[in-house]
Amino acid sequence: MIDKALMPEGVERCSLGRFLAWLGFIGLFLAWGLYGAFRILSSGLGVTGLDNYFGFGLWITFDLAVIGLGAGAFFSGFLRYIIRIDQLKNIINLAVIVGFLCYSGAMIILTLDIGQPIRAWFGYWHPNVHSMLTEVIFCITCYCMVLIIEYLPIIFENRKLNEIRFLHHMAHNLHVYMPLFAGVGTFLSFFHQGSLGGMYGVLFGRPFVFREGFFIWPWTFFLFIASAIASGPAFTMLVAKFMELLTGKKLVDFSTKVLMGKIAGLLLCFYMFFKILDTWAWAQGILPNMGLTFDQMFNSELGYGTWLLWLELGICGVLPAILLVVPAFRNRPALLYSAAILNCLGVVVNRFVFTVQALAIPVMPFDTWQYYIPNWAEWSTTLMIVAYSFLILSLSYRYLPVFPQERKLNA
Amino acid sequence: MQAHTFHIKWGMVIDIDKCTGCGACMVACQAENNVAPVTEASNKLRTLSWMLVYQLSNKQDFPNHDVAYLPRPCMQCGHPSCSTVCPVVATTKDEEGGIVSQVYPRCIGCRYCMAACPYHARYFNWHDPVWPEGLDKVLTPFTSVRPRGVVEKCTFCHHRWMAAKEKARHEGHDPSHLAEDAYIPACVDICPTGAMHFGDLLNPEHEVHKLSKSPYAFRLLEKLGTDPQVYYYSKREWVRRQGDNYLKHEKTKGE
Ligand code: SF4
Ligand code: SF4
Repeated sequence: MIDKALMPEGVERCSLGRFLAWLGFIGLFLAWGLYGAFRILSSGLGVTGLDNYFGFGLWITFDLAVIGLGAGAFFSGFLRYIIRIDQLKNIINLAVIVGFLCYSGAMIILTLDIGQPIRAWFGYWHPNVHSMLTEVIFCITCYCMVLIIEYLPIIFENRKLNEIRFLHHMAHNLHVYMPLFAGVGTFLSFFHQGSLGGMYGVLFGRPFVFREGFFIWPWTFFLFIASAIASGPAFTMLVAKFMELLTGKKLVDFSTKVLMGKIAGLLLCFYMFFKILDTWAWAQGILPNMGLTFDQMFNSELGYGTWLLWLELGICGVLPAILLVVPAFRNRPALLYSAAILNCLGVVVNRFVFTVQALAIPVMPFDTWQYYIPNWAEWSTTLMIVAYSFLILSLSYRYLPVFPQERKLNA
Repeated sequence: MQAHTFHIKWGMVIDIDKCTGCGACMVACQAENNVAPVTEASNKLRTLSWMLVYQLSNKQDFPNHDVAYLPRPCMQCGHPSCSTVCPVVATTKDEEGGIVSQVYPRCIGCRYCMAACPYHARYFNWHDPVWPEGLDKVLTPFTSVRPRGVVEKCTFCHHRWMAAKEKARHEGHDPSHLAEDAYIPACVDICPTGAMHFGDLLNPEHEVHKLSKSPYAFRLLEKLGTDPQVYYYSKREWVRRQGDNYLKHEKTKGE
């Protein structure tokens, strides 16, 4: 293997040929996505499946979902560096990389999603302080920078790069300041996770998502934070497991995964308690005040049936919460992973209904239900981000010391 | 939420019982405001129509079946759900007269305002405008054409207001006290049945002021709290009922 010198010491990696074949496979999706992005940027959003009803669609759902799932980074960082749960050092590097991928991916999609990408900087230059989206734009950018700062020392620990004295020292110094960045990241992330939810909660023209709340913050502000920190650790843990399956190596010991599951489970209980209360208050208070009923919010013919709500709250909410908090369940690998998958799925369903179903529901009494199907342009660019994540993860796994336990576990 | 108060509040009262659904207002609006015709107009969810006429039905069988037509411009909401969410202040309600503005060169096309507006009054330019041969020569010089990627909407033909004020100044009148017919949007101007009325809702001399106070006047989705500056008028109870989401036991306005 000619790239052996670049790999972390004492670990086994597949042959370069095999690795390149894998990158080639990923490259297919990247190429398709780049073609989609080119078409979108050159001909406009008319090539997508979005329309006047669905200004938000697959992209925004994807953005919200990955940002929610990427919360593993800030929350694990918070627990590792501020609360000082030492065991999390086994998975913190991965959490940072996953967080970076989720946020940078979301930013790429957002740039494609706006109609005037060249004006993207207007968000910083002409901010509307009343808009939750302004807060999101600022926070996501700042937090993405924090994630880059957190990712850099991992990159500098590459065997070859670390031989360069300057990079070696820089990595060391960055490590020393990591609690500070973890703190800043926690603060920033907390706010934009909330603002993403707040973005919907303030839409008083959309009774499905509108929520009253606390000062200027609607309840969705807090619910989005809670759901993100409940699913983020579960997602990071699943990525670790998925990488183990792909590589055939043990990367993180089971007890760390169980710990991540436990953290996710406790937070999921907290989230579900408030989410169920919120749903009840919404159905009993907000809807009737606006002259609407619970049944009017759902339409099974077009696929927006109440089953989505039960899936989100029951199968992907209460069930995984129980499985993750009861030690007897979470200590069984099959149950731990299934619960983590359900937990992550729940947050995706939540972001989907807030984005798509909210727009599908007719608000004017004489209007009709609409449905939305994303087309190839949206899928290709979304899959491009998934492929981009696979690419960065693959390169990181091969050339960077991501998993401190790898050598010991595979000895 | 910030509340704006103005001395002038431009508003419309549309008499649904008079509207025949002829669509003249839609055409006038399209021509006046340089609304680009889309190449693929069969997809109604991609067309641009600042003024859109909805067909309402009382959903009863013949012979009791009844229909009504409801023209829908931008409501220029007193408490707009669209402008507070715009991240770049491309749309605001801060001008005397209470018209919600839309600044095209500022809009980044995030479409958050479209998600916010319950009336679907906002339109996104999915494609660059293509004017049929020769039409580009007869575009209204007072309204800018929009590139793809920005959101647009009805502005109550704001340029006509500018022109009316200009004229008043020229003639030595007070531009902030325009006569009732000095400023009228294109749709109201063309309506052949006289179903549309336009004026200052706060000025007792204007017809709209009186009409808006009628027990048969209602606004769309009042319960949401958008406080629209467009009123509708109908003596038919089922029409008023469809103006907002009434629960079964609730009484309709004007009953
Ligand atoms: S009708 Fe819609 S676009 Fe017009 S002011 Fe109201 S919320 Fe804004
Ligand atoms: S689409 Fe334009 S006007 Fe609408 S919220 Fe975004 S930037 Fe503002």
